[in-house]
Amino acid sequence: MIRIKKELTVEAPLDRAFRVFTANMGAWWPKSHHIGKAPLEDLVIEPKVDGRWYEVDEDGSTCDWGKVLAWDPPRRLVLAWQLNQEFQYDPALVTEVELRFTTLGPKRTRVDFEHRHLERFGDAAERLREGMNTGWAEILDSYARTAVEADDSQRAIGGRA
Amino acid sequence: MANHSIAPADGFAALADPTRRKVFERLARKPLPVGELAAGLPVSRPAVSQHLKVLEAAGLVVCAVDGTRRVYRVDPRGIEAIQNYLDRFWDRALLAFKAAAERETDS
Repeated sequence: MIRIKKELTVEAPLDRAFRVFTANMGAWWPKSHHIGKAPLEDLVIEPKVDGRWYEVDEDGSTCDWGKVLAWDPPRRLVLAWQLNQEFQYDPALVTEVELRFTTLGPKRTRVDFEHRHLERFGDAAERLREGMNTGWAEILDSYARTAVEADDSQRAIGGRA
Repeated sequence: MANHSIAPADGFAALADPTRRKVFERLARKPLPVGELAAGLPVSRPAVSQHLKVLEAAGLVVCAVDGTRRVYRVDPRGIEAIQNYLDRFWDRALLAFKAAAERETDS
């Protein structure tokens, strides 16, 4: 499993840290990183398991980012990040973003962050590539299969490079 | 020698194949010669060599010759190429979150 882990301390009480992360995401999310055509207006997490995670643009349109996999306020949150490496929503891609919030003091919270299953971006890249190459790829595949079947003396090597 | 100045997309694509990912994950646990690697996998040795070539070209694994054996290991710089983009992005996003949480007051 390929993952990114981070830990940070926030000078804020536990409840507030969780609330700002989940309910006010649009207020702090870097505006440059979004997928809609119009400028980013808000980023919304529906506060329940299976809730949508989506962006709202200035023109009123919405785009899905993923969904809520675990919702345990104010201590834990797991989101399905379903944007591929080109920042496009891919319903078949599920990478997980987990946040855990721990009280360190009345106004201090530790946040443990993990973005995991990054190896799954490989599948998304492959689908993207296949999508672009459909047509010629199919013709060549069909040709290759026919050629292998026709040549009984040749042992096929499993797995395409 | 693998080329390390790859775009992250190359690494992503190289890990798309499930067998290739298994090869990569086994090497992530410990470096192995081709023979040992192939022994634990349900594919032929030539197929494993083929997968290793793709992983090597993507900068994800490197090969060292040890006597007559070729020992493969995960190239940490290759993994960095994949993680780098998201890593930098989350640094930025989490710092912005921290600032927002500290700025806000509880009403």
